Amino acid sequence: MTALRYSPGDKVQVREAYPPGHVRTPHFVRGCTGEVQEIAGVFPNPEELAYGRDGLPSVPLYRVVFKQSEVWDGYEGPAADTVVIDLYEHWLEPRT
Amino acid sequence: MSHDHTHDHTDYQPDIEDFPFTDRMVMTQAIAELIVEKGICTADELRQQIELMDSKEPALGARLVAKTWVDPEFKSRVLEDCAKAAAEIGIDIGDIPIKAIENTEDVHNVVVCTLCSCYPRMLIGLPPDWYKSRAYRSRAVKEPRKVLEEFGTHIPDNVEVRVHDSTADLRYLVLPARPDGTADWDERKLAQLITRDSMVGVTPAKSPDDT
Amino acid sequence: MTIRRHHDMGGLDAGPVDRSEHDYAMWEKRVDAIVKVLSTPDRKLLSTDELRRGIEELGPGVYDELSYYERWISSATNLLLEKGVITVDELGKKMAEVEARWIKDRETAE
Repeated sequence: MTALRYSPGDKVQVREAYPPGHVRTPHFVRGCTGEVQEIAGVFPNPEELAYGRDGLPSVPLYRVVFKQSEVWDGYEGPAADTVVIDLYEHWLEPRT
Repeated sequence: MSHDHTHDHTDYQPDIEDFPFTDRMVMTQAIAELIVEKGICTADELRQQIELMDSKEPALGARLVAKTWVDPEFKSRVLEDCAKAAAEIGIDIGDIPIKAIENTEDVHNVVVCTLCSCYPRMLIGLPPDWYKSRAYRSRAVKEPRKVLEEFGTHIPDNVEVRVHDSTADLRYLVLPARPDGTADWDERKLAQLITRDSMVGVTPAKSPDDT
Repeated sequence: MTIRRHHDMGGLDAGPVDRSEHDYAMWEKRVDAIVKVLSTPDRKLLSTDELRRGIEELGPGVYDELSYYERWISSATNLLLEKGVITVDELGKKMAEVEARWIKDRETAE
């Protein structure tokens, strides 16, 4: 069983990385800080699967919630609005 | 797939109805025939897969949601493990996990896939064109309230709009809120209020006045 | 460098959502079935992420020009070629055969 680096409630920052290949981390959320809402499971790494490999070792996937106002400059809705994104562990860094 | 030319059109006639045909239609037919000829799969298996997807309709999801409205324990199980709960009522959602998310007085959920078009197809069928459109995929995440207004849905400012970007291994099914005025309705009748769009989160369930 | 890849469109400006819909054509359902059948656990000739990667690699022009299932069959076909499941020659011959047959059928039907 893969050890999980984060738990629900942890503050995390999405890596500001821009690799040119297949990744599942949307561009708009890179660099943003959010909070782990829950652990979605452990899945073969899509960045490996995409190139015909087995995706092992599997990687933990977290549901991370972000305040919309922190994701978008000038977000027009209420401050309470959020976006939840599923992110693999290697895209997250601890943030205190 | 019939390869003889005795004009038994039944196998590929649907393509002929799609005239003028395109390169990709020809490519699709060619790939289907090649993988059958190579023994990778049978024509029957392809046909059965099409029938399986044809059987996946919003009515399945609606049946599941209606039961969550009348059975709080079932709802807890759906929120905990949607596949297992769906199996209780005879629905097989396959291998891709679906996560149910509940609309409440305080939170309205809406689902988008900004990177492709991931969708809970095993519970509500194949996605509508707008779900796969550039406009929806680009805007739903940044200006969800405006997009919802385009669907005729106004969410008051005291309700949080929560967008789920379905980017990875999970698919999302919104459990819309049960409309007022349905206290004495049974599951079958309630299910008629639960539309595909309400399970994506772009509209609420229909009100009893709409039926 | 902060490259945004073409398919990664969350947050970009775009016009109103066009809510008109079409029923899936049989050929589109067939694309869907081909992909599902090729990716079953006993075959693993395709994975969802390979299909997605192939779609992303179609490039900006083609991505927008093609419809959803046109992108799928283009990606799936490229993957089958790369993996040696089919050859270019087989594909070309089969497509020519299918096209000729359809043209003949159309003429017969008229």
